[in-house]
Amino acid sequence: MAGLRIENLHAEAEGHRILRGVDLCIDAGKTHAIMGPNGTGKSTLASVIMGHPRYKVTEGKITLDGEDVLAMTTDERARAGLFLAMQSPAEVPGVTNSDFIKAAMDARREGEKNIPLFRFIKQLDDAVAALKMREDLPHRYLNDGFSGGEKKRNEILQMRMLHPKIAILDEIDSGLDVDALKIVGDNVTAMKDGKLGLLLITHYQRLLDYISADKVSVMMQGRIVKTGDESLMKRIDTEGYDWIKEELGIEDERVVPDDDERVFLEKCATKEALE
Amino acid sequence: MNEDTKKEIERLIGDYKYGFKTETESLRDTGKGLTKEVVEEISAIKEEPGWMREFRLKAYETFLEKPLPAFGPDLTGIDFESLTYYRKPSERSERSWDDVPEEIKNTFEKLGIPEAERKFLAGVGAQFESEVVYHSTLEELEKQGVVFLDTDTALKKHPEIFKEYFAKAIPARDNKFAALNSAVWSGGSFIYVPKGVKVDKPLQSYFRINAEQMGQFERTLIVVEEGASLHYVEGCTAPVYTTESLHAANVEIFVKKGGYCRYTTIQNWASNVNNLVTKRAIVEEDAHMEWVDGNIGSHINMKYPSCILKGDNAKGTTISIAFAGENMHQDTGAKMIHLGKNTTSTVISKSMSAKGGKVNYRGLVHHAPSATGAKTNVECDTLILDGESSSDTVPVNIVKNNAAMVQHEASVSKVNEQQLFYLMSRGLTEEEATEMIIMGFIEPFARELPMEYAVELNQLIKLEMEGSIG
Repeated sequence: MAGLRIENLHAEAEGHRILRGVDLCIDAGKTHAIMGPNGTGKSTLASVIMGHPRYKVTEGKITLDGEDVLAMTTDERARAGLFLAMQSPAEVPGVTNSDFIKAAMDARREGEKNIPLFRFIKQLDDAVAALKMREDLPHRYLNDGFSGGEKKRNEILQMRMLHPKIAILDEIDSGLDVDALKIVGDNVTAMKDGKLGLLLITHYQRLLDYISADKVSVMMQGRIVKTGDESLMKRIDTEGYDWIKEELGIEDERVVPDDDERVFLEKCATKEALE
Repeated sequence: MNEDTKKEIERLIGDYKYGFKTETESLRDTGKGLTKEVVEEISAIKEEPGWMREFRLKAYETFLEKPLPAFGPDLTGIDFESLTYYRKPSERSERSWDDVPEEIKNTFEKLGIPEAERKFLAGVGAQFESEVVYHSTLEELEKQGVVFLDTDTALKKHPEIFKEYFAKAIPARDNKFAALNSAVWSGGSFIYVPKGVKVDKPLQSYFRINAEQMGQFERTLIVVEEGASLHYVEGCTAPVYTTESLHAANVEIFVKKGGYCRYTTIQNWASNVNNLVTKRAIVEEDAHMEWVDGNIGSHINMKYPSCILKGDNAKGTTISIAFAGENMHQDTGAKMIHLGKNTTSTVISKSMSAKGGKVNYRGLVHHAPSATGAKTNVECDTLILDGESSSDTVPVNIVKNNAAMVQHEASVSKVNEQQLFYLMSRGLTEEEATEMIIMGFIEPFARELPMEYAVELNQLIKLEMEGSIG
């Protein structure tokens, strides 16, 4: 079946073993959510799938529609149809959003002519409107001086323009207020066309109010420890993760060293915000 | 060297020593090395007034007295005896197109430089037929009273203006290379913009390009009168090939009360050329001087465009980039000397080094006791593209009054791994992504350029970057 297959994936960074045998399938047309406490390797998994140079894969396999993903460079993975909406997208001053997005679109039209300019502008304007972003977005520098929420919406805008086969959304809900979360949720849902495979990485159930998931998995100790449907997510939302740790006899679920912990100054999307 | 050759050289030198005054017509150049006689000869060929001849001779003495700069790149490798200080324009064209290195030809090709210009830039053609093309533009300027001539002709046609300003911003004693230029200068541009005249289109040296102008020791003099404005674009982005190894130019600019002048240069000398240039502007009350200065070529480059903010409320701006590739040392920056009250200055410098190149920012900000309320902002950013290349920032800030403000920001970075990963994760190859980050880095400079220059600059940087990734 078409989709992304991950088998027994092990990866390390600077001598720390972070992924310790991840098994996961994201089928075309399906949405898979991964939840889990901080430091259990969720974001590392997303980065490893995309080929971040910081991580070294020591064991295991990743394939996309049967093709060996680990043999590809990051840009080849992107052109093969993988997309990662990042938690903290880089800022690139001096490069406009429109130049960047056009270059990215042209890059995947290998052997074909570049996208005609007028068609591109139309598509970009539509995407800007759909994500309710500032009209001057095309002329602003890539993520430069963007608020946390703007950066997240810009990720989804790029996803809309690039039409990936598999999209990984890494904590797309963090830093978004309720209105922005709804915009992002509606846009992602609108992109579900029966072919798009989605991997949602999140701390909170709230995202799943806007994007429904077919499967929910929990990650601890650098691997998938439990998989279920939306009811699993609902139980985590009310009871937290302790019951899972107890059930599986896990004492310390963390694999990411403390000094690697990411610090967010942005407002987190919390359930309280809804109330 | 065999005996015959020695004799031949002696014969030639003998000829040169004693025969030049009567045989001006057949003289090809002033031979190698610099003497008082050579300086006199240059002045004689140009049929200059006595004061200029005296000025040159005095400058020559100063040149001999002055030591090499005590800072920056090592210049002891310059052999002043092996240089030719004056060459007749017609003789410069004797080189054949076949002698021009392939590398330079390829760059012309890639930049799409028109055939006629290529030959000129490579020093093969002596005269580029630009005056015909730009005739109407020049006529229009003339009607407004704008004088735009090569500097030699200007000395003959406008001696009074010339004498009033010449060497008043850069005296010969300023530094060794300013003295050298003063002694042997030839060619360059002279522009005079009368009171209140606003030249709306950028004036380009292309309009008047000729072999004299592209000489080694060009001298440029610009006067922008009260309330007038000018944007002058010197040189071009295309590589300039010459077999001479030293380029020492002086550029003097006077911006009168309420005037505005922008001087844009992109130097792209071939990698055998040491480029040692003195550029200075005197900025009067309410006037504004902007230097837009690009440095992509040459072997050693030392250039610190200066503004002397003399009048109250005068403004000075320098926006520059420097790129140092293989076997290149860029030592560039800006100088802002504040004398008037409430004078303001801004310096934005973008430097890059790759393939073992060295790029330095060297700047001076001076707020005199009289410059109360003066403000300066300096921002210098450096991008180092590989482990072999390097960069230093050497800013000097001197503030001599209590009511002035200086801000200095500097950053040095490698191509950022997160940026690279981000761009590649959208499908751009490593090379495309790096290029995009670099283009973004120099964008604050590129956007100040006329469109065609910006396009050429981007092309050039891409060419320079080729093979430096991966």
